[in-house]
Amino acid sequence: MTTATEPAPIKARQRPADRVFAGASLVAGIIILLALAAVAVFLVAQSLPAFVADPKELKGEPDSFLAYVAPLVFGTIWAAFLALLMALPLSLGIALFISHYAPRRVAQGLGYIIDLLAAVPSVVFGLWGIKVLAPAVGPLYIWLTENLGWIPLFAPPASGTGKTVLTVAIVLAVMIIPIITALCREVFLQTPVLHEEAALALGATRWEMIQMAVLPFGRPGIVSAAMLGLGRALGETMVVAMVLSPAFLITFVLTSGQNSPTIAGNIALNFPEAFGVNVNALIATGLILFGITLLINSIARAIVNRRKAFSGAN
Amino acid sequence: MTTTTAAPAGITNSLTTGRLPKGAPWLILGGSWAVMLLVFMFVKAANEDADYNIAAALFFGTILFDILLTIVAYLVEGARQARDRLVTSLVATAFIIALLPLVSLLFTVVSNGLARFDLAFFTNSMRNVVGEGGGGLHAITGTLLITGMATLISVPIGLLTAIYLVEYGRGALARAITFFVDVMTGIPSIVAGLFAFALFALLFDDPGIRFGFGGSVALSLLMIPVVVRSSEEMLKIVPNELREAAYALGVPKWLTILKVVIPTAIAGIATGVTLAISRVIGETAPLLIIAGLSTSMNYDLFNDRMASLPVFVYTQYQSNGTDINNLERAWTGSLTLILIVMALNLIARLIAKIFSPKLGR
Repeated sequence: MTTATEPAPIKARQRPADRVFAGASLVAGIIILLALAAVAVFLVAQSLPAFVADPKELKGEPDSFLAYVAPLVFGTIWAAFLALLMALPLSLGIALFISHYAPRRVAQGLGYIIDLLAAVPSVVFGLWGIKVLAPAVGPLYIWLTENLGWIPLFAPPASGTGKTVLTVAIVLAVMIIPIITALCREVFLQTPVLHEEAALALGATRWEMIQMAVLPFGRPGIVSAAMLGLGRALGETMVVAMVLSPAFLITFVLTSGQNSPTIAGNIALNFPEAFGVNVNALIATGLILFGITLLINSIARAIVNRRKAFSGAN
Repeated sequence: MTTTTAAPAGITNSLTTGRLPKGAPWLILGGSWAVMLLVFMFVKAANEDADYNIAAALFFGTILFDILLTIVAYLVEGARQARDRLVTSLVATAFIIALLPLVSLLFTVVSNGLARFDLAFFTNSMRNVVGEGGGGLHAITGTLLITGMATLISVPIGLLTAIYLVEYGRGALARAITFFVDVMTGIPSIVAGLFAFALFALLFDDPGIRFGFGGSVALSLLMIPVVVRSSEEMLKIVPNELREAAYALGVPKWLTILKVVIPTAIAGIATGVTLAISRVIGETAPLLIIAGLSTSMNYDLFNDRMASLPVFVYTQYQSNGTDINNLERAWTGSLTLILIVMALNLIARLIAKIFSPKLGR
């Protein structure tokens, strides 16, 4: 075996149809790469006029383009961060409930129920947020500012209508829970059963077993799930457009009627009536949003892919 | 249980001592819900204009249950078991908390949407409608046309890419495509809309361009990655023996893929495509930007503004003012949208169940 020379591999004869088919599938793959590149190219091309234009022509007459963008970027990240803060613990709990606590027979059904949340269109979430949630939490905000107003986050005056960044963050949290839950559930289910059984055999309670076996194994998965959820929350448009009452400023206050706007919400509110260089400015903010989400998604995917190579799951 | 009763008095069963009885958590849960429902009833009695808030009562009842169970478990079973019980109850609480918005949302949409869920809504457009009447026919038509076109664009590209990744692709290009398809799933929908606008505004040199086909392009940008991912998974699980058997019979590779691999995976692929459609059919932001809004019927994807159901809901809500009719139409539009999405999800599951190949013998 070692001395014999390897025979040349036998190659199948290439028929014309084979080449056409292989070529078509290759072209389809390349189209996807081109489309992604085109998104960047056309957004850059259309936003260039905004960078060089006189900032006085922009809506709100800011001093510079940077001053125009800063509240938008801040508001986007702030709302998404708050949403993630609320959604992550809940999602971890739900994922653990489905993967390790609920009886095997009903677990899949419970998963479907959580997936139902993902099936609700965002505009319906927006309608629910403004018509049901905001009036319900409005009195709570007034109570918060009256009793906890010394905390900067709840500085008075409160918004009686409930159209604040906290309401938006609650709705966003509900929207990203199914994504984070689905990913975490997959990761938790991949935990090597032998590790779990070994922990239980040593006398660990179920929670100690999860602490020792499930969570350490799933940590990269949890991180990437959280980042994917964050990416979704950053780009969510309709809820913000419908629920938030925006003002052009940077503020951490959760309960005020004056909130930092988000990029996506700002585009949706202003694009239909925008003209001239304002259109370009809105597209430029869209480009920034594209950049932020691309970065976060790339990091999340890189974490997942690195993990894949080592786990025995596939 | 029989062993406990059979055991002589005075000797306790060492396996069950220091453990709460099986039904205890359920008993405590029911008890704390009952207590909180009572407390909220008193609150209502004391304050005439307060609503009886059953969701809040159940929520606080669940919190009370978490605390009570931990304390009881700590007293009877010790610290470690108490922590285990606490986490168990918290995890269940998380699930219940997630259910609250879902139930509230479905209840509100159904109860508010039924008011106008009538024949007029499905046979009228909004042309020249002020006040009562009117409907969403133009929006439903627009949604079907735009989403249909997006499907026509996405499925060939997505399926062929999946075939490339599974059957042909090796090396750097395949890795790059896989990575960027993953990244593409995270593109915000509004960016997709801006892209379609930027593209066609430059192509046709029209800075105020609005037309349905642009919406299809934006939606297919969101749809393609979903189609690629699901088709790829389905093609991967086609057993290699099937391909090798075809090759052994001298079937060329393209015919093997077309006649053996795809028919085996077709149920899964159809499921994935249906789910992808259900994902994009509710997208509002891109259509708001590139398809615009309209009150009339428009069957031409390539000319003029085209209404769609999500944008219809949004504009009806936005322009409600003092007119309750607009808001009613918005709720009915929402109900229709949710029903369409649910129907698509149901169809997807049915396809998966009925047409999947029976591999086990």
